[in-house]
Amino acid sequence: MNELLDIMGKNSFRLNDSEIARMLGITEEEVTKQLEKLENDHIIVGYKTLIDWEKTDIETVTALIELRVTPKRGEGYDELAKRIYKYPQVKSVYLMSGAYDLALTVEGKSMKEVALFVAQKLAPMESVVTTATYFVLRKYKEDGVLFDDDEKDTRQVITL
Amino acid sequence: MKDLNELLNETIRVIPPSGIRKFFDIADEMKDAISLGVGEPDFATPWTIREAGIYSLEQARTHYTANKGLIELRYEICRYIKDKYGVEYNEKDDVLVTVGGSEALDLMIRCVISAGDEVLIPEPSFVCYKPCAIMAGGVPVIIETKEENNFRLTPEELKAKITDKTKLLILPYPNNPTGAVMSKEDLEAIADVLRGTDILVLSDEIYGELRYGEEKHTMFSAIEDMRERTVVVNGFSKTFAMTGWRLGYAVGPKEIISAMTKMHQYCIMSAPTTSQYAAVEALKNCDDDVKSMCAEYNYRRRFIVDGFRNMGLSCFEPLGAFYAFPCIKSTGMSSEEFCMRLLNEEHVAVVPGTAFGGCGEGFIRCSYAYSIKNIQEALKRISAFVERHKNN
Repeated sequence: MNELLDIMGKNSFRLNDSEIARMLGITEEEVTKQLEKLENDHIIVGYKTLIDWEKTDIETVTALIELRVTPKRGEGYDELAKRIYKYPQVKSVYLMSGAYDLALTVEGKSMKEVALFVAQKLAPMESVVTTATYFVLRKYKEDGVLFDDDEKDTRQVITL
Repeated sequence: MKDLNELLNETIRVIPPSGIRKFFDIADEMKDAISLGVGEPDFATPWTIREAGIYSLEQARTHYTANKGLIELRYEICRYIKDKYGVEYNEKDDVLVTVGGSEALDLMIRCVISAGDEVLIPEPSFVCYKPCAIMAGGVPVIIETKEENNFRLTPEELKAKITDKTKLLILPYPNNPTGAVMSKEDLEAIADVLRGTDILVLSDEIYGELRYGEEKHTMFSAIEDMRERTVVVNGFSKTFAMTGWRLGYAVGPKEIISAMTKMHQYCIMSAPTTSQYAAVEALKNCDDDVKSMCAEYNYRRRFIVDGFRNMGLSCFEPLGAFYAFPCIKSTGMSSEEFCMRLLNEEHVAVVPGTAFGGCGEGFIRCSYAYSIKNIQEALKRISAFVERHKNN
């Protein structure tokens, strides 16, 4: 396992290059260089901040949407996925095995906005056979990060 | 009635309590105190292990187990050891499941030591060896390991302390508090000294899985001719972050394991059942969890050692356990004074090296079983403290 990717991939708090360098036992310049290379090679494709919108006064809703589709001759699923992921409301698109084909997460300001997006943009697409929309009621954990991490250090005083 | 203190057993009365505690009692009172003192993993036990424990309760596995431990667990212990270290043990005769590694240490020492027998103890080391040897009626003979040898036990140091009364050598590697390890070659040199003697070995390998660097841990009984004289103690606390489950084990020659089992059945009966079911899951399915925790410790290890070196303290490269053992002699303070003043002035709790033996003077033990953030803040405060006292 590449140690730099391990650190970049799992730490939910911000670390600067100098701190990462000390964790890896290499120089800061080396870290910067390696990160640049990983970015250029599109292995690190982005950095994202996880926000618990619940704690702000900004309204957002997230929905998981299942799509059953009939791929067009000669195009496969990729073309359709592209048409879908270009909408900024669409936060992720996965091709799935099982009962449906594409799984999306869609974000909007309100349930109505998301519902309209499904009704007006997704459902009418030629290849889309059915849609099923599930609204997220509460986020407990996202990308491996707990939204309400109240785990404290409960280790007691002991002789060892 | 007499003062109850006078009615206490003479041996117990004179044994001093461990030197680690008092710092934490003070630190506990401080609101903003930061500790690098605790010698246990900060990780919670991997969920799959906890879940296996819970499931065992749902299935009403609430009875005693066999004295030696669940046969499934003993089987898994033997398989694990064979896979990892290439040493064969038989689950029926050669394994005893105990209440933490500590019980196994105590049992082994009491099983082989008679009054006046000498017990060789390399120091700095875990606080319990010496009291256990004394409580068993033995005579602890301390071998002071040195920083210039990376706190390893050398064959010369060992040879110099062997007498015709030497009964047992304790091998505490990977080491608490120094983080020192013994390579295969180092262990072979020790074996060369022991070959042809009747000296038994108690190898405390509780930190064996927490090794950093190229070389993996070598079990002492894997060294030629050593299996017949060695009891290896290990457990689940450090490797699987299972300290609170209180579960360890000893493997060794059946004569000694059988004697240890006798004592275990009189004073303990059997180790906690829930913990034993959980431990089966740990040995079967948690290699990846261990790897991931070990990788995390390694990042912190590099971070903390670099931190001490940057503030001008010499700190040898610890390659095992989760402790750094920087030298604070340059401050002109004793270990105890350094720790007390650091606690009072900067509210950081670390443990004086002297808690682990006289030759720990001039060093402090810092655990890195803490988050990087915590370590970072502690290093900042220690650095300010060292800087301030250098100038004076």
